Amino acid sequence: MRVHAKRAVALAAGLLLPVTVMADWTMNMSPGVTSTSNQIFSLHMTILWICVAIGVIVFGVMFWSIFAHRKSRGAKPANFHENTVVEVLWTIIPLAILVAMAIPATATLVEMYDTTESDVDIKITGYQWRWQYEYIDDDFSFFSNMSTPRDQIRNRQAKGEHYLLEVDNPLVIPVGKKVRFLLTANDVIHSWWVPAFGVKKDAIPGFINETWTRVDVPGTYRGQCTELCGKDHGFMPVVVKAVPEEEYNEWVAEQREMAEMERQLTEKDWTLDELMERGERAYATACASCHQADGTGLPPAFPALKGSQMALEDMEGHIDIVVNGAPGTAMQAFGNQLSEVDLAAVITYERNAWGNNTGEMVTPKEIFDYKNQQ
Amino acid sequence: MSAVADTHTQDHHHGPAKGISRWLLTTNHKDIGSMYLIFSFAMFLLGGSMAMVIRAELFQPGLQIVEPEFFNQMTTMHGLIMVFGAVMPAFVGLANWMLPLMVGAPDMALPRMNNWSFWLLPCAFLILVSTLFMQGGAPDFGWTFYAPLSTTYGPPSTTFFIFAVHIMGVSSIMGAINVIATILNMRAPGMTLMKMPLFVWTWLITAFLLIAVMPVLAGVVTMMLMDIHFGTSFFDASGGGDPVLFQHVFWFFGHPEVYIMILPAFGAISHIVSAFSRKPLFGYASMVYAVGAIAIMSFMVWAHHMFTVGMPLAGQLFFMYATMLIAVPTGVKVFNWVTTMFRGSLSFEAPMLFSVAFIILFTIGGFSGLMLAIAPADFQYHDTYFVVAHFHYVLVPGAIFGIFASAYFWLPKWTGHMYDETLAKTHFWLSFIGMNLAFFPMHFLGLAGMPRRIPDYALQFTDFNMISSIGAFMFGATQLLFLFIVVKCVKGGKKAPAKPWDGAEGLEWTVPSPAPYHTFSTPPEVK
Ligand code: HEM
Ligand SMILES: [Cu+2]
Repeated sequence: MRVHAKRAVALAAGLLLPVTVMADWTMNMSPGVTSTSNQIFSLHMTILWICVAIGVIVFGVMFWSIFAHRKSRGAKPANFHENTVVEVLWTIIPLAILVAMAIPATATLVEMYDTTESDVDIKITGYQWRWQYEYIDDDFSFFSNMSTPRDQIRNRQAKGEHYLLEVDNPLVIPVGKKVRFLLTANDVIHSWWVPAFGVKKDAIPGFINETWTRVDVPGTYRGQCTELCGKDHGFMPVVVKAVPEEEYNEWVAEQREMAEMERQLTEKDWTLDELMERGERAYATACASCHQADGTGLPPAFPALKGSQMALEDMEGHIDIVVNGAPGTAMQAFGNQLSEVDLAAVITYERNAWGNNTGEMVTPKEIFDYKNQQ
Repeated sequence: MSAVADTHTQDHHHGPAKGISRWLLTTNHKDIGSMYLIFSFAMFLLGGSMAMVIRAELFQPGLQIVEPEFFNQMTTMHGLIMVFGAVMPAFVGLANWMLPLMVGAPDMALPRMNNWSFWLLPCAFLILVSTLFMQGGAPDFGWTFYAPLSTTYGPPSTTFFIFAVHIMGVSSIMGAINVIATILNMRAPGMTLMKMPLFVWTWLITAFLLIAVMPVLAGVVTMMLMDIHFGTSFFDASGGGDPVLFQHVFWFFGHPEVYIMILPAFGAISHIVSAFSRKPLFGYASMVYAVGAIAIMSFMVWAHHMFTVGMPLAGQLFFMYATMLIAVPTGVKVFNWVTTMFRGSLSFEAPMLFSVAFIILFTIGGFSGLMLAIAPADFQYHDTYFVVAHFHYVLVPGAIFGIFASAYFWLPKWTGHMYDETLAKTHFWLSFIGMNLAFFPMHFLGLAGMPRRIPDYALQFTDFNMISSIGAFMFGATQLLFLFIVVKCVKGGKKAPAKPWDGAEGLEWTVPSPAPYHTFSTPPEVK
């Protein structure tokens, strides 16, 4: 018995020591920055303490028996094997505890489901593997891609502070306002989660889910996709910037202006070099995760573009597959995901990069016309 | 209980056939039981080695060992192999060996079907494992294979996966029919339902669960097959279908399935705790009712796996209440086991060590289950490592420790030798420490915000992941020791008497050890 006790102590110490030495090891949920997340936190702590209390009693009796009623200490077994009163009691008492627990849980849930009277509406669409944020009332939208360099993931470069939890364009919301999110997906099911808000909701293709938040503390909040959505599921973070209202309004105005400029860019006359430069960037964010940065793909799921028959010869087919996707495969329709400029640039890039030197280019206007004919 | 054990007079008439045909053609419940157990252990090692790949990749942040595509194949295959290849066949193996011995029957009711249900399994897993070598790789959509990731976006090998699941399902259903037929028709005279050993009771109820839900699983994979190859759109919104429908059908199978993996262990643990406490089981009747209640309620809680899909509030509340309720009968069982130990005369041989660990750690898994049942809190826990911690706490110290406890408890009966107690205790302590090191930190990771099924993670999760990987390697390596202990015990060791455990009860201890090839040709009498 001594030996066992010593082992148990050693185990407990082994588990707890590193925790006390390095106090920044997060072990618990954080209360977060919204009333929802705070309520969830208090439910979490309540049920946790209830479990601890039940555990202390049950394991207490058990450890006492292990200690005192051992055959090696000469314990003689009793012979009782039922007791109706006790059995009824330990059915009723847990039931009562659970009813007590269900009440605040229900109240919180009812509040979480109240999506009425929102101040800002944002549509969130999950794509393999990025998020699109659409400001419904203000008529602009953008994509949010993970911005951690592949070199950091491949351990060729030191990892940054926000490794895997950083994006090119964060979602921006005003503090103190009720923001309603409408969630859907373009391909498979994704799930949008920001722990600090207590908001997690599935984004399901073909359906629209609703949820909401009201953030009171300005700051940058990070989360991730939490529904397995394919190979880069681990690489589609959510970053939200909550800013004071004036700053938010300024930002919205800026975004609207940029959206307008983007529309004008479609009209401009582009040179091959300009398109190549822009195309390289668009390719890196939209295409490289499957077709790879060097265009060699990951056959058979993701075919190579370098030297591919389509990229070298079939211009019509090339535009079609990028704009409309290839149904039933992982190749999505990028027609609505990228601007005309980016579509033109990326197709031009694919036809001229990695030794695919066709010298051919597609202009944004041609893409615009192509889309309109459909 | 008294029994007439005149079996030794017949076993000379027909012993086992010689050579490979003994195993291919056998209809003997003991041979088939052994084959199930050996197959299950092989799958346990295979699924376990995939877990080692997963934990090796997660040892540090960054991608080191495998690509994300392969990582997803590993998590998927690990889950499928452990659930369908390791845990379920192990319980069927125990059922084959022990049910006839416990109810005093000469064999299972349908011996030829028994042979067929076993031999389907290696075929199914040959198909499943071969997908690893196919173009496009093995299934990579998680053991829960949510559509449309598994349909429109699945690899070509998905069709083989579907076929394998169908074969496993046929095998399970036939096994379950056999169990029910044996228990209901072949009990020794005098063994009324409420005198049946608990392992028999829990298996009877498990078998009904299997018959109820395996067809649902077959249905859902068939719908996938139709979507993939025959142009239907059950789960495709663009054709008028619904991806969430998939989850409802899957979890209608899936939740009862998790109880299929634990109820037989409940039964076995009840015998072992009582035997090593040298005291009758406390609350036999309430144990039976609790298992029955759990089984019925397990059909009404499935959507607790889907709290974030956007169910209406009423549905959310219903499934929250129902799930909280299911914790009550589960609690009753734990209280009964503890009260059985209370004022007993306890000793701690390997079966008891595994059983005590089962009670403690399974209860911890039950606690996290209760936390997950609180729907608003589940919004934070769902699809994080907290859920991974929960189900590994109920499945590893639950199902797996239950199987180890049973194996050590009955090995003397199977082999006629005592196993090496020192080695078995070493096996226990290394497994116990390894398992807790591997899975306890996962609670912290989940609460701190680490999603599940990711091949790489943010830097704040590094330390606990490292601990977890070390624990997992330790747990994994320890299982080779179990193999050694069993082989050693089969080959030789101290001769086991008919009843090696002084506190044990039941008909299985009235036949000699090792149990002769044919037992209870004349039914024993149960008073
Ligand atoms: C007190 C009893 C239990 C309760 C209240 C409970 C509750 C839950 C809940 C609410 C979830 C969903 C969590 C989420 O995905 O967000 C869950 C997941 C799970 N539970 Fe339990 N559980 C209990 C016992 C068990 C037992 C006995 C087993 C198996 C032996 C089990 C196996 C699982 C598995 C495998 C999953 C995760 C499936 C997956 O998503 O891959 N649970 N449990
Ligand atoms: Cu469940």
